[in-house]
Amino acid sequence: MQSALIACPECDLLQRPTALAEHTVARCSRCFALLYQPLDDDLDRPLAFTLAACILFVISNAFPIVGLEVQGQTTSATLFGTAQALAMQNMKLLSALVFFTTILVPAVQLSAMVYLLVPLRAGRVPRRLPLAVRVLQAIRPWGMIEVFILGLLVSLVKLGAMARVVPGIGLWSFGALLFAIAAAVASFDARVIWSRYDPSLPGTDDQNRSRSSHAAAPAP
Amino acid sequence: MRPHDLTAADAGLLSCLTCGLLSQPAGDDESNACPRCGTHLHMRKPGSLLKSWTFLVTAMILYLPANLLPIMETDQLLYGSHSDTIMSGIVSLWKAGSWLLAIIVFVASIVVPLLKMLSLLTILIAVHRGVSVHCYDLAKLYRLLEIVGRWSMLDIFVVAILVTLVQLQFVAAVTPGKGAAAFGAVVVLSMLATMSFDPRLIWDSAAHKKLHG
Ligand SMILES: [Zn+2]
Ligand SMILES: [Zn+2]
Ligand SMILES: [Zn+2]
Repeated sequence: MQSALIACPECDLLQRPTALAEHTVARCSRCFALLYQPLDDDLDRPLAFTLAACILFVISNAFPIVGLEVQGQTTSATLFGTAQALAMQNMKLLSALVFFTTILVPAVQLSAMVYLLVPLRAGRVPRRLPLAVRVLQAIRPWGMIEVFILGLLVSLVKLGAMARVVPGIGLWSFGALLFAIAAAVASFDARVIWSRYDPSLPGTDDQNRSRSSHAAAPAP
Repeated sequence: MRPHDLTAADAGLLSCLTCGLLSQPAGDDESNACPRCGTHLHMRKPGSLLKSWTFLVTAMILYLPANLLPIMETDQLLYGSHSDTIMSGIVSLWKAGSWLLAIIVFVASIVVPLLKMLSLLTILIAVHRGVSVHCYDLAKLYRLLEIVGRWSMLDIFVVAILVTLVQLQFVAAVTPGKGAAAFGAVVVLSMLATMSFDPRLIWDSAAHKKLHG
């Protein structure tokens, strides 16, 4: 398996993977795309971050993120309420977009990670593993929690002049959620998942009579 | 490009973008599945250029209404009602003294979408005409597009939050404008245009140009 060639996902160049020193990653020798990281067989860390993110996700959705107080009137916004408010103003598509990027995608991301990591940690391979990995890959660009948080900041500054802004419990857990999801995704190595999914599968050794192979250059 | 660069496609191998496994094609292009994870395999993303062009051109057309139409309207009891376009929202942030945020919103809402569309346009045109020397720069540019595109959603979220919070009877109310819908479409379409593009085409185009001039 170690000697099998790999193709760069971004330029298709065939390269032979080499062993990596700690804290280095392998990049494509032609286009510099990230090829792989050192294999980290530890599932505890991604699992811990994922479970923490799940709890934070529930809290972030259950409590108001921010409230507004002006002349005795108060309003507050939950995550779902934000999507709902757009729908009530006849902006159905925009509302769906906000719901999708801030609630649905993170929820599916977390569910897929739990579905993968909990059984793998217990030594079992989940039945729909390839599907779960594919889903994770496909929706990743659409999760926009960090952009939403920056949006909150901008809105609060805009409102600061006319009203008193009251940060809600949801705001703090939402900020923490951002880091928990980022840490979970970062510590989650798909190569570990595949190595456990089908360790018996030979590489492409029969095709290894290749004419070219650049060692994937390790870069700091 | 070095003379001895050999790609998986040159070697007749299919590379799986889900699990990274290389495999030999079993039959015609439509019937290949990854032996490890079952993903439907293609040498290159099917219809990549056509899809990318379609999404990009639509996004570019919608960029005009997104910037010209109001993204939100504010009704205030004391000050009457006024509507904001993306640009006027930035100007009022600036005038209120929040320069840093004004710059952030300006970059996220005006600069990023525009540069993103122009960059993708450059890459697509280069692939059609045959990339000559700067493959590496184009590849780097494409990678950057994948990372920054999402931040353009910023203004959509600002409108959504203001619409939710500012619903104060007799004092003020904010409603979303048509420009917000157009702007949301621009962000989504340019993300789709980037995703449908296959960066391997940059290198294919360079190799082709080198062989056939
Ligand atoms: Zn590469
Ligand atoms: Zn595969
Ligand atoms: Zn197909």
